[in-house]
Amino acid sequence: MALRIIPRLDIKGPNLVKGIHLEGLRVLGKPERFARHYYENGADELLYMDTVASLYGRNGLLDLISRTAQEVFIPLTVGGGIRSLADIRAALNAGADKVSINTAAIRRPEFIREAARQFGSSTIVVSIEAIRRPDGNYEAYTDNGRGPTGVSALNWAKQAAELGAGELLVTAIHQEGTGRGFDLELTRSIATAVSIPVIACGGAGKVEHVGDVIEKGQADAVCVASLLHYHCFEELCSSSEDYSAEGNTDFLALRSRFSRVQSTTISAIKTEVHRRGYAVRMWESPQVTGEVMFR
Amino acid sequence: MTTVAIVDYGLGNLFSIRNACENVALPTIVTSDRSRILDANGLILPGVGAFGDAMASLQERGLVDVIREFAASGRPLLGICLGMQLLMSESYEFGHHTGLNLIHGKVVHLPSRRSNGSDIKVPKVGWSSISPVSDALSRRSFAGTFLEPINDGEYMYFVHSYHCVPVDQSTVVATSMHGDYPFACAVQKERVYGCQFHPEKSGPRGLKIYQSFAAAVAQASPHGHVLGARCAA
Repeated sequence: MALRIIPRLDIKGPNLVKGIHLEGLRVLGKPERFARHYYENGADELLYMDTVASLYGRNGLLDLISRTAQEVFIPLTVGGGIRSLADIRAALNAGADKVSINTAAIRRPEFIREAARQFGSSTIVVSIEAIRRPDGNYEAYTDNGRGPTGVSALNWAKQAAELGAGELLVTAIHQEGTGRGFDLELTRSIATAVSIPVIACGGAGKVEHVGDVIEKGQADAVCVASLLHYHCFEELCSSSEDYSAEGNTDFLALRSRFSRVQSTTISAIKTEVHRRGYAVRMWESPQVTGEVMFR
Repeated sequence: MTTVAIVDYGLGNLFSIRNACENVALPTIVTSDRSRILDANGLILPGVGAFGDAMASLQERGLVDVIREFAASGRPLLGICLGMQLLMSESYEFGHHTGLNLIHGKVVHLPSRRSNGSDIKVPKVGWSSISPVSDALSRRSFAGTFLEPINDGEYMYFVHSYHCVPVDQSTVVATSMHGDYPFACAVQKERVYGCQFHPEKSGPRGLKIYQSFAAAVAQASPHGHVLGARCAA
């Protein structure tokens, strides 16, 4: 099986955003344009994460899922604020393939079992957001790393797997957005303790970090955001004259101050993973082959 | 106009299948209505979930005989994921269940260990390469099958815990690997096709399989779509 590279798109309202250190969330532009760019350039799946957990309110993000699913033919996972079976059904009906659940699952673990029974395990991704404590253990957090739970991330991972989660999305909050690399110990401890796939998330600053979390962290899939968004943003700006007006152009200026994160492509990441001896699905450019129909 | 009916029996992501059909300009209807299914030029049988539930759901809606009748008419039928498994004679998922029996074979659990004893993760989730089966002359190619536009070794997206074991090897079009275990991941018998993977989630290459299916539907419609003949029967 190929190692999966999954661009993560943080959504706020109609926009793709990305936190940069303590600068807060920056608007990068329309998520569906990034999504399509990643699809056309070899992404294996996509993850939409609603940063304000309002996906199932009236802000039109279900429409965003629908628009994305009409032109992106790879699996789409949607998370952020999923609280009920009805929320899951709404996301799936809009065109999502899987949902990612954190807070609601920690509050009531049986929710995982109910969701897996109703929609199938392969639809249910349990998101574990962990912070490393001074004693070296990891604690699971809720609400984008704002709510401590007192629950051991490792024990919670095992329990979530037993309850029927199909995959675990493991994010090291303390690494997220820093560009310092993944928390290899967190990823490895969970990946070796459960029999379901583990998706590592949070901290990639260069392609080697992705290779490391696969090789040393034993991740089955890797989520990347900043690593790709900068490059994609520049590509979209150069390919479309009106694009720069959509996104926050301060962003490019900021990027130069944020030199910890490399600007790279999915292809470069896959080349690195392949170099380390892992199977990847190499991307193909529809523009080059000219064989693929896009509307 | 050729139309493909996507069987709606309460299971599966019909939305993404419909999007993929639209992308290759194949008009669809999503339906569980007997006459609309039997009037269609092609049929897609989706499915996510458990085999027994799916067969029970098809039976409740009176669709088992309808699908069999459709297949017997010679028009193209594509089963995807669980939909492929339903084409088989029987399944051992949570007990023993009878399938549509359009392709002789059974459905069994994927192994969770390699021959050397190491673990293989089940469900199998992710991208796996598919290969044609060697013919009598040891040629390996998808030529002449519904996977004709696909190259040997192309990656497709899989999500499953069970797999098909067809009795007649000539119905196996493609195999894939689960750890070190090879299994049939695409089958074809005349115009009955099945893919264990999700072509609608397998990127541009997957869409080419929908194109191939659309071509089969267009080709078959003048012959298969004979209303009078069916009414007479």
